[in-house]
Amino acid sequence: MNSMQRVLTTLSHKEPDRVPLFLLTALQGAKELDLSIEDYFSRADYVVEGQMRLLKKYRSDCLYPFFYVPLELEAWGGEVIFQLDCPPNTGAPIIYRPEEIDRLQPPRVTDAPCLTRVLDTIRQLKAKVGDSVPIIAVATSPFSLPVIQMGFDRYIELIYEQPDRLARLMRVNEEFCVEWSNAQLAAGATAICYFDPVSSVTVIPRELYLKTGQQVAKRTLARINGPTATHLASGRGLPIVDDIAATGTAVMGVSALEDLAELKAAAQGKLTLLGNLNGIEMRRWTAEQAEAEVKRAIAKAGRGGGFILSDNHGEIPWQVPDEVLLAIGDAVERWGRYPLDWIE
Amino acid sequence: MEELIHDFREALESLDQIKAKALFQQALRGHSPIEVVEQVVVPALEQIGLHWNEGSIALSQIYMSGRFCEELVEQVLPPSDPDRKHQPRQAIVVLNDYHMLGKRIIYSVMRSSGFELFNYGRMDVNELVERVITDKLRILLISVLMMPSALKIRELRNALDDRGIQLKILVGGAPFQFDPLLWQEVGADAMGLSAADAVAIVQRWAGEIT
Repeated sequence: MNSMQRVLTTLSHKEPDRVPLFLLTALQGAKELDLSIEDYFSRADYVVEGQMRLLKKYRSDCLYPFFYVPLELEAWGGEVIFQLDCPPNTGAPIIYRPEEIDRLQPPRVTDAPCLTRVLDTIRQLKAKVGDSVPIIAVATSPFSLPVIQMGFDRYIELIYEQPDRLARLMRVNEEFCVEWSNAQLAAGATAICYFDPVSSVTVIPRELYLKTGQQVAKRTLARINGPTATHLASGRGLPIVDDIAATGTAVMGVSALEDLAELKAAAQGKLTLLGNLNGIEMRRWTAEQAEAEVKRAIAKAGRGGGFILSDNHGEIPWQVPDEVLLAIGDAVERWGRYPLDWIE
Repeated sequence: MEELIHDFREALESLDQIKAKALFQQALRGHSPIEVVEQVVVPALEQIGLHWNEGSIALSQIYMSGRFCEELVEQVLPPSDPDRKHQPRQAIVVLNDYHMLGKRIIYSVMRSSGFELFNYGRMDVNELVERVITDKLRILLISVLMMPSALKIRELRNALDDRGIQLKILVGGAPFQFDPLLWQEVGADAMGLSAADAVAIVQRWAGEIT
């Protein structure tokens, strides 16, 4: 099987030849090309070269043309702050006062050079791999984007205290998210990773999610012209597995803080799980620990398909050593071959 | 009193501000403001912290309840109140990254618990070292969201050691939730998983220092 066949098989809740691995490396491309993170993301051809090298090196089953979280904010006129050894940070919010939401208009994808650079990257990657490797593009959910648009604290206040303005902000953000997602799919992306950490029960209670984030996801995902994977970016999601499945998504990115076997039981036949290696601890793993963690995850969630091994956040930290990432690939080869007869 | 704490905590978790305020006023009829803070507000916030650690309540509830408690306590125990004095000089800061929510939660709960502390906002290591010295801090609370920012705490500790500055550092934030050994690696003196942890740790340190 090639990577695409492997992933499609597991998505249909059947067992492929081995457990698919999504090693979501983005920043690491800069290391491969010996460039600063800022320089690396300044040109599509750099990212294309970086992604192709990472694909070969770590034997991941996807390409990941994700640049950095503040990219979308940049399109809205926000600032990106680059540092040497970590993902770029968002600068000041673009919404200082809730009243500004009343006049907010979404940017057009074609007018934002930072976004068209990603589209160019996807087009080039597609030309290289065709349909053999899934290209996983990223869009921040309309419900989670306000964290960087206005700041987390003011956004929580808005959710509780100004429902009309929240509704207006969601309408604007949904337009942007749909256009951005569909542009990436049109450029050649196989699926959209819909990053939605605010919907996790770590951030808001389930009853509030059902009235807010879930409604936004239902409306938005219905208008995205391709498959989606909802990622809670380390947030907990076990109590809302069924609710997330009801949004029409195919995959759920899950937290290292939850038990993968419990998640698998809850998601069985409804959602494919993506996770849940601990990206923070991974920084100080040995090769042996990496193998043990891969084995643990596969033992808990591998059987019957419906599982893609990955980290729990959607991005491997810059500080994780090469040996650990290589050991993860080795361990998947060793322990991820179906049938998983070694599991007791 | 147990029933009052329970009802107050439930009102905070369900964001029923009217009920929480009424219960707070009821407590004030029989006790001084500092007694209400110590015997009602702090225990309720401790229970909310436990529920957060167990994963049974969400960050948004923690934030809104902390903010509301801060408003309640501010009205009866302003910064100039003598009951807020005699505490070690302390501050809270977001180091390196730009995510302020954690700091706001801890700041609110610390103030709701009767502590007075400088709010430094967001700073880099060098700027922070100078402020620690200028303000003669004894305790520093550091909030981070991103893992590289957590690693900067080691740089801060080394810089303070080089200047011979003795300072208790309490750290908190997502990276510490995912890696329980990280706080020791970066040279902190303690790590809190919740705002209630922060209050308990600072209370203990305050007893040791003063």
